[in-house]
Amino acid sequence: MPLPRSFTHYLGRKLFRFLLTIQGLGAFGLITIGVILKKFRTARQVIWPLVFRETSRAGLRLLPMFLFIAVALGLVVIGQSVSWLTRVGAINYLGTIMVIVVVRELGPLLAALLVLARIGTANVVELGTSRATGEVEALEALGIDPVHYLVVPRVIGLSLGIFSLTVYLILGAVLSGYIWAFLQNVPLRPADYFHQLTGALSGLDFAMLAVKTLSFGFIISIVTCYHGLAQPLHLEEVSYATVRAVAQSIIACVLIDALFILIYLAA
Amino acid sequence: MEQDNSSAKTPAILMRDVTVGALNDPATAVLRDVNWEVRPGDFWVLAGLQGEGKSDLLMLTAGLMPPLAGEYLFFGEPMPIFDEARLPHRLRLGLVFETGQLFNQLTVRENVALPLCYHRNLSQSEAAPTVQTLLDQMELGPWADSTPGSLGRNWHKRVGLARALILKPDALLLDNPLGGLDLRHVYWWLHFLQQLSKGSSTLRPEPITLVATTADLRPWMEPGEKFGIVKNQTLNVVGSRAQVEAAKRELVGELMAPIAQ
Repeated sequence: MPLPRSFTHYLGRKLFRFLLTIQGLGAFGLITIGVILKKFRTARQVIWPLVFRETSRAGLRLLPMFLFIAVALGLVVIGQSVSWLTRVGAINYLGTIMVIVVVRELGPLLAALLVLARIGTANVVELGTSRATGEVEALEALGIDPVHYLVVPRVIGLSLGIFSLTVYLILGAVLSGYIWAFLQNVPLRPADYFHQLTGALSGLDFAMLAVKTLSFGFIISIVTCYHGLAQPLHLEEVSYATVRAVAQSIIACVLIDALFILIYLAA
Repeated sequence: MEQDNSSAKTPAILMRDVTVGALNDPATAVLRDVNWEVRPGDFWVLAGLQGEGKSDLLMLTAGLMPPLAGEYLFFGEPMPIFDEARLPHRLRLGLVFETGQLFNQLTVRENVALPLCYHRNLSQSEAAPTVQTLLDQMELGPWADSTPGSLGRNWHKRVGLARALILKPDALLLDNPLGGLDLRHVYWWLHFLQQLSKGSSTLRPEPITLVATTADLRPWMEPGEKFGIVKNQTLNVVGSRAQVEAAKRELVGELMAPIAQ
């Protein structure tokens, strides 16, 4: 029995819109990379303070929240693991579990999603409002490249912010994990825990951590800036653009994460 | 010297059979067959009712969008200019938006300094003397460290003017500069623009090419030198002040009529 025509039209429209979004995001990402490379030394006195501001906003200012999340993450992982590991006599794998769960998976993804919630949404609202109120046209009229002035600082700041916050999140979770284990009377000395951690870590983990977090930062900043800036917006459309940007950023981050899992499995 | 003479002979703005698209929807034509020549030092006033396409024409003239058809040259160079190599030529043109279009997160001082800092790679402190001089001359000193949100509409436009003038452009486009201003500010603007046009301003000793749009011709009859009317989807070049007064009533009547009692 053939599908109703309206349903196939609906699917076709959705697919077509999806492909257009992928094309738009890809083009916007490539343009941004081109501008970063081409204008790296242009207007440094204006752009670099903006990069520092964005890095501070997406990194340093979120540190207290991340330290709290790190303590909670250590509790969640260790609290659930310790009782099962003790029962099966595998307490020597505590450090390995921390590396697999926190370093390879949860740490980078959680950091990316938290920065998306705090800074990514703000990006869409700020840029969408700038677009709707004509500030982007004002930049163009002044001969200032809007991608250079508005997007590049956010891309660099958000990427560095997610990378550094992930490092702090992992360190905090690993430390708090040991404290929670200690409070649960697990017979594990700090030196043994440290050896378990270092034994489970490899050079690939450090390289992948850097590449993954920088990729998350790049993707989130590109998606949020694209939805705020790349299309003409009216003020009433900014909230819809924000919702779209958040949904697409989450999907993109999960897909990248899945890609890195495949790389781990292949390595 | 010969080069200077040829540069002076080159029209500041030259449009041949240009079709103008809407800024919000560039594929939709709002004006057709625009043939217009602005000589260096001219003071043009483009008048038209709301929605006739004056602002779209001005935005195209500023290089914010390409013509849908025809040719537009700015001092002999095809517009719009997007490539870096021709950017200095592009910066010979300044634009003042109708609502100022200031950057809300920056202070007045930072708004005015931005083009200077960006194009000359200067820090705020290095640009400060130039910016402060301009702010003082435009009576903006007391608001230098305020953000646009705390300023009235009158001052928004003036900050927009200061921002457009900081790079000392050869031509300045003004989108409805008198719209919504109180009388004191209207007089200030007309006086200031006249000084710029004559080259007697302390900001700039040479005459600057000016193009202003308006929906009310009356205040512009004295300072304006040449006039165009945007009506019936095209730019009707009228010419001098005397020609405006002699023009057919249906062309300029509604732009000069006294308010009905």
